[in-house]
Amino acid sequence: MEHSFIDYITGQAMLPPRGSEFAGEVDLVFIGIYWLSIILFLAITIPTVYFAWRYKFKAGRVTPHQTHNTTLEIMWSVGPLIICVGLFFWGLDGWMKYAVAPGDSMEVVVTGKQWLWQFEYPDGSRTVNDLHVPINKPVKLTMTSEDVLHDLFVPDMRVKVDVIPGRYSMIWFTPNVLGPHTFTCAEYCGKDHSGMKGTLTVESDADFAKFMATGGTEWEEYRDRNDWAGWGKLQYERKGCNSCHSVDGTSSKGPTWKGLFSKNESFTDGSTGIADAKYLEQSMLQPNAKVVKGFEPIMPTFQGLLRNHEIKGLQAYIESLK
Amino acid sequence: MEPVLHSAPQVGHHPAPGKHYLNENTSLWDWITTVDHKRIGLMYLVGSLFFFMIGGLLALLLRLVLLTPQHTLFGITVDAEGYNRLFTLHGAIMVFLFIIPSIPGSLTNFVLPLMLGAKDVAFPKLNLASFYIYVVGAIMAVSSIYFGAIDTGWTFYTPYSSSSSSTSVAMMTMSVFVLGFSSILTGLNFVATVHKLRAPGMGWFDMPLFVWGMYSTAVIQILATPVLAITLVLLAIEKTFHIGIFDPKYGGDPVLFQHFFWFYSHPAVYIMILPGMAIISELIPTFSKKTIFGYRAIAYSSVSLALVSFIVWGHHMFVAGQSQLATVVFSALTFLVAIPSGVKVFNWLTTMYKGNIVLASPMLYALAFLILFAIGGLTGIFLGTLSTDIHLTDTYFVVAHFHYVMMGSTVTAFIGGLHYWWPKMTGRMYNEKLAKIAAVLWFIGFNATFLPQFIMGSQGMPRRYYNYLDQFQPFHAFSTFGSWIIGFSLFMTLAYLLASLRKPCDAPDDPWGGSTLEWRTSSPPITHNFHDQPVLEREPYDYRPGQSGRETH
Repeated sequence: MEHSFIDYITGQAMLPPRGSEFAGEVDLVFIGIYWLSIILFLAITIPTVYFAWRYKFKAGRVTPHQTHNTTLEIMWSVGPLIICVGLFFWGLDGWMKYAVAPGDSMEVVVTGKQWLWQFEYPDGSRTVNDLHVPINKPVKLTMTSEDVLHDLFVPDMRVKVDVIPGRYSMIWFTPNVLGPHTFTCAEYCGKDHSGMKGTLTVESDADFAKFMATGGTEWEEYRDRNDWAGWGKLQYERKGCNSCHSVDGTSSKGPTWKGLFSKNESFTDGSTGIADAKYLEQSMLQPNAKVVKGFEPIMPTFQGLLRNHEIKGLQAYIESLK
Repeated sequence: MEPVLHSAPQVGHHPAPGKHYLNENTSLWDWITTVDHKRIGLMYLVGSLFFFMIGGLLALLLRLVLLTPQHTLFGITVDAEGYNRLFTLHGAIMVFLFIIPSIPGSLTNFVLPLMLGAKDVAFPKLNLASFYIYVVGAIMAVSSIYFGAIDTGWTFYTPYSSSSSSTSVAMMTMSVFVLGFSSILTGLNFVATVHKLRAPGMGWFDMPLFVWGMYSTAVIQILATPVLAITLVLLAIEKTFHIGIFDPKYGGDPVLFQHFFWFYSHPAVYIMILPGMAIISELIPTFSKKTIFGYRAIAYSSVSLALVSFIVWGHHMFVAGQSQLATVVFSALTFLVAIPSGVKVFNWLTTMYKGNIVLASPMLYALAFLILFAIGGLTGIFLGTLSTDIHLTDTYFVVAHFHYVMMGSTVTAFIGGLHYWWPKMTGRMYNEKLAKIAAVLWFIGFNATFLPQFIMGSQGMPRRYYNYLDQFQPFHAFSTFGSWIIGFSLFMTLAYLLASLRKPCDAPDDPWGGSTLEWRTSSPPITHNFHDQPVLEREPYDYRPGQSGRETH
């Protein structure tokens, strides 16, 4: 954004674009203090320079012996005190808003680690360094760190908070400007501290719904690398498959996935079949239709919990476990 | 206040004519075993100026790295790890090896006993011990560079420092631990000296305001520094034995470390700024040829700043995870700092009103101080106010703010004080014309370097960043050019000060028309400071004709 010289004088150019109503309130306080500071700065600088010039040394000039003036001392103690009390309450007003998120906020769980930000949406889908939110709806970021201190700072929203291992911290905002906004890490965290940044995309409800339908952008990296097995391995860990299915051949609550693909299986209903991709998909969505002999029908359905590209990934992962 | 007259008992030591503390007993052994506060002050001066130069060169290098986003200079590329070590060393050296020991160790050691009319500080041997502890701490700090340097920032925040950084955190923190004892002993010495060694007739409110400022500083040094020592020991215990104190991995709490750290380091900010204010309280009446306005108000404001400094540490942690209530209380308390600071500034200005102002180089630094401290103090309001602090904390705005206070104010006052007392310390006058040019360059360079950083910070540039968005490039470039002006002015200052030492002693006893006792002895002073026990004939800063009996300049 280009700023004119006048914008620097008024203080507007000191601040980044505003992305929320809260940003406007903070800016009002900022501009207020800015002008107060300019007035006080002039009140100090003008006498400093003027006295140095007006009372420049002249031989023989006798200076008055003014030792103190109690009225003046009280004035310049109490005056600033009143200003300070006013400023404290003005700042407190914004702080109270910052500290409490509205009850109907959409919650995104944020994990900071050296040196990336991971976002988890209400439906469990995830993104890295890429936060999407709908416009005009409050968003609450519940955050923790996996290693050292970080700090999520969204300049356009005028919010930041430290992200601390072993604790949860929170910021929230209601974006009202579409488009990309940057966010950064503001607490020093080591080598790539300055690279720990990303984009906050504020989009319309329709665009956000479209984004959510694909479950975030993380899979695009795997798709671009054509690494469907890797994508499936991630789902294996994330969706909880690993609590019942091993991948090393040992038997657990469910059959192992090692060597499962294309295997000839016998089922509890007496039939047999090939464990192909179609069978695997059926086992995820209707797990009790065909249960392998020797196992209990205890697996919950993943209908609605797995997206197509996640199923495709799991199939590829199982196929890779020879 | 009536001037008090006393009979003058003989001190009893009358050196040969022409002999003074510099040319009496000049063997190396005499110097390294000296208990003379003047010599120890001089050794501190050399030590702290040396580390000012190292820290300053590191700063110039940092600014050079940040000149362009490519980080390549003359074919040499500084990588992120190198950059992180650079800014950590710059901060740690400037804070622990320069600013904290500089004014107390060098200028105060030299002039405080003289101002009180004393022969030495209360515990001369302890004074020497504190210097050697400083030397040991400095050697440890420098050796940590050899063991892989340190990349945690001067704040050593956990758990990065305790479990993530692979650098020599242990060596550097132990160095700071050792340096702390030097600071404590210096403070202890000054407190005892002020209480016990004032000249006959000198009551508490007859002391120069410099002494009030340094007394307040010394109290903070004694009370706050042990907390830093305890914190660093706890950090070392956690690192060595994996006992959970600050690291959540072992069940500790990283925010606790910040509380402990700032419980010391916030008062430490006043260990740095109060001496600066103390010097300004001398320079302004001396060069305005007028009594200080509001003596008691300035004295009390020093003491109240020392007290308030202990109850505002949480303002470093508004967004760091301390309780919401604590944050609100700390914000309210922080505003209290404004009142005594304002009182001082208004009293200094009123002192200049209707004065007879000599614009000698020390006074130029005093004027620069008034303007730079105004900016440093006023930008503090943005950070003390809760809603604006959320946006501004951890950005370049904070970097600019504390440089205006630590460097623009304290270092400006230090250089001003160095020029003021240089004739007393060395017996030589420096080239006044060059000194004036250097002072003006310092002021221009300083503002050119740090004003753009306020704009960058409020626009959202976080601190401690190796890489930055292209939009900040013009500001970084401007800031870097400014740093060259600062560098030039400082090397110029060093050059003409050193050049003055080549001349024979030419300084009058009282070149500025000063009204405090240090100007009543020769320049440089004799080993035992005064030929006879000085007595207080008039209150300090009395410039009424006939009272001062001096019309210099």
